[in-house]
Amino acid sequence: MSDTNATASLSGGTPKVSRINEAVIRIAGNSQDGIQVIGGFLARLAGRSEQEVMTFMTIPATISGGPSIFQVRIGSGEVLSAGDDADLLLALYQHSYEDHIGSLKKGGIVLFDSDHVEPKAELQQDYHHVGVPIASLTVEAIGGTAKDKGKNIYALGLLARVFDLNVPKLEQLVIERFTGKDESVVKNALAAFRAGHSYNVGNLFETFQFSESRKREGRQVVMNGNEALGYGLIAAGVRFGAGYPITPWTDVMELLRRELPKYGGSFIQCEDEIASVSMAMGASYAGRVAVTGSSGPGISLKMESVGWGVMAEVPVVVVDVQRGGPSTGLPTSVEQSDLNIARFGSHGDSPRVVLAPANVEDCFYVAIEAVNIARKYNVPVFILSDQAIATRIEAFLEPDLEKVCQDISPDLTTVPDFTPYDLSAPDGVVPRVVPGTRIASGKYPVATGLEHDEAGHPTAAPKMHQAMVAKRRKKLLALQATLPVPKVYGPPEGNVLLVGWGSTQGPIREAVDRARAAGDSISSLHIKHLNPLPHGLDNIFSGFHHVFVVEMNDEGFYGYGQLAGLLRARYCDPRIRGINKTDGLTWKVKELLAAVKMKLSSNGGAAKTVLNLGGA
Amino acid sequence: MSEAIAEIPLRGNISAVPAPPDSGLKALTKKELAADHPTWCPGCGDFSVLALYFKLIEKRKLQHDNFVSIAGIGCSSRFPYFVQAHGVHYIHGRALPFASGISLSRPDLHVFVFGGDGDAFSIGGNHFTHTARKNVKLTYVVMDNWVYGLTKKQTSPTSPLGFKSKTDQWGAVDYPINPLKQAIAAGATFVARTTSTNPHHVLAMMEAAMDHDGFSFIECLSECVEFYEGAFDAANPRKGGMFMEVPKNHDTADEVNAYRLAGADFPGYFGIFYNVNKPTKNAKEADINKAAMEKVKGLKDWQILQKNFDRLR
Repeated sequence: MSDTNATASLSGGTPKVSRINEAVIRIAGNSQDGIQVIGGFLARLAGRSEQEVMTFMTIPATISGGPSIFQVRIGSGEVLSAGDDADLLLALYQHSYEDHIGSLKKGGIVLFDSDHVEPKAELQQDYHHVGVPIASLTVEAIGGTAKDKGKNIYALGLLARVFDLNVPKLEQLVIERFTGKDESVVKNALAAFRAGHSYNVGNLFETFQFSESRKREGRQVVMNGNEALGYGLIAAGVRFGAGYPITPWTDVMELLRRELPKYGGSFIQCEDEIASVSMAMGASYAGRVAVTGSSGPGISLKMESVGWGVMAEVPVVVVDVQRGGPSTGLPTSVEQSDLNIARFGSHGDSPRVVLAPANVEDCFYVAIEAVNIARKYNVPVFILSDQAIATRIEAFLEPDLEKVCQDISPDLTTVPDFTPYDLSAPDGVVPRVVPGTRIASGKYPVATGLEHDEAGHPTAAPKMHQAMVAKRRKKLLALQATLPVPKVYGPPEGNVLLVGWGSTQGPIREAVDRARAAGDSISSLHIKHLNPLPHGLDNIFSGFHHVFVVEMNDEGFYGYGQLAGLLRARYCDPRIRGINKTDGLTWKVKELLAAVKMKLSSNGGAAKTVLNLGGA
Repeated sequence: MSEAIAEIPLRGNISAVPAPPDSGLKALTKKELAADHPTWCPGCGDFSVLALYFKLIEKRKLQHDNFVSIAGIGCSSRFPYFVQAHGVHYIHGRALPFASGISLSRPDLHVFVFGGDGDAFSIGGNHFTHTARKNVKLTYVVMDNWVYGLTKKQTSPTSPLGFKSKTDQWGAVDYPINPLKQAIAAGATFVARTTSTNPHHVLAMMEAAMDHDGFSFIECLSECVEFYEGAFDAANPRKGGMFMEVPKNHDTADEVNAYRLAGADFPGYFGIFYNVNKPTKNAKEADINKAAMEKVKGLKDWQILQKNFDRLR
């Protein structure tokens, strides 16, 4: 929490009011307490107040119960990551208190439920303790039968008090959220909220007010990455999908199952992952690009079918919301360890496209791009999202839906003739002719997974296989030529370049900002198109002494992760090295800067290559 | 594209039943339907199934733009290459979900799926069960030869006990699957059995299956002369066997009796064992869509999405 100017302490025991630019609030409780609900309210409020917001959520993999947290970072300036240390911890239980007090800034506020938490004497020095009997006051406010139900909303009221949040807007959010349920639910929620807000927190010496935010143009929408992906697919014109439930992908399929019927489409829950990808592939073959998706083990299961899509040249979009692996791994933790399987995960040479969104907003647009690449090049396209983007809520500029929504209905007009695998087609790309289309020549195509000649007849002729393998490669080389060269964040030349992909973009940029503010020569590069890679990266790398590829995956046998491996194979550049971690958590800015510093000092330690690294 | 089909919207009307064959249309000839010469061994039962499929298309005046032929992997799954029509040679065991994707998104197409016993009941066993229970509208013809032929004589899920194969040199030890019982138990709404040596019967079953609104399954005995010669002689009167039709008085809506008939010792019965009308997956999804679309009537797609975004603030 960065103070700008503190107003004078008011008399008569009223807490002083400090103006702040941003705050990191961590809410810790159990999964059934609805703490995601509080987090969601705060995020939406920030969105409606045109403030930047970023959230971070961990949910236990257990069915019910178990610790859970939600962290919200709200700022008047640009917010790039979920924040390192919290300014305020709201702890509902003893374990919440003990496990998370370490994530609180020294001098930060711990707001705890004194019905459940026994504060530790030795911690009283370092953190400002504020106890409120949240559980019993909630019961008092809304009656005994409500029990633990309204605790989260009561706590939201408390937070509204501490951060001087816009009460009418929050009440409106509460009403919107619970409308449609029993009338008493709305009434109770408002009662709990108001009770929390009007509670006189006796020993709170300070409350806060956010500075005027810089005006953002246009309306904001607030959603998580899975929602943005799902809506992006709809905007892209996807009207069919198939899937099987697995965390953290499931939200996407639930959304599409609910929404697609409004557009005359369907999302089918299948018996397994293989059926899901196959059904999507069938629907894609039938005319309109379809979607399947999964996480972790489900992605492994889909790979034979994806290889068929490459061979038969049938488009499909595969969403991979990455989680920790291998095997069942860490269902609710984040990792970027599926790049290799997305890129190489079928037997044989099976080139396909891999894209990764950088943040929640990007999920929406990457979904559209993926669909369009799939239809243009008749190829499976992977979207590599991850657990962190999937579950975090961000506010972003509302897309111009009238402009971005597209119709991708198939054209069934009769064609004179059709050669499905025409080797002489420009760039090897043959526009599809889908079933239901009359072909005047009377020669009809078979979409096949066997190696085939230009007409689609099976053949094992050596020259034909070689020509067809090359054709499938050439299509993506043509795509590669159209990919924009990514822009360097910061100066295009300097000492250190941090390269990242996917959800690490925010923390990497924030690290760059912080280190540059401390006088370091450091920039970053975000790569969205991971397969094929765009041209021109070598030119960018040549402007720096060190190129560190920051990834949430293992450094492997040779000291670099999955993207770094690709870049080294592509550029044979020994400056490319890896900064990796596999703790299942997103990068914290200071953790990242410390890792950069360590890499540099282990490099022979020439003084000029060691960063100052403000804050690290 | 024919006028009749152009009128069927591809969206929002998933329940639309394929247009009835237009009597004004010219029937496709065998010449127009035959594609690559089949790669099957001389004498293979699958030739007969292919010939009768051509006959079905001709007789029912299906046109090139209103059906698809889908298959997985195996000898019989080569089928689509031999049909001059839109077709798919998919991966092993997964033809049914692929075909379901077509059926559920393209109500204007008749979807025919062909395959063998390994494809259907071994690697694809799970899909067989679930496509049947979902009652997806399509016709599935399994050419059952009781052996893996493409890989040259290994035990199949329908190989009888004691069948000597390269993977059971001393004779098969695993109990075989009864495809009809499997289908009935899974909830298939049309279950029939035929044999490639009785062409009239194959055609009759195919026609009935095609007319069935739902998941229609035909087990067609189809001899592998190379690796299981004489397997079905007992069902072929020309080889001294007996072709016994399902008793005339059998009520095809009687699931228990169908199951009982399905359990008869080989050669068993031939004909329609089970045939009931239950709402299809296609129809149920269409109902869901109808209700959902009613609520957003008159809105363009982007406006429907805009309504969601208006709430995401």
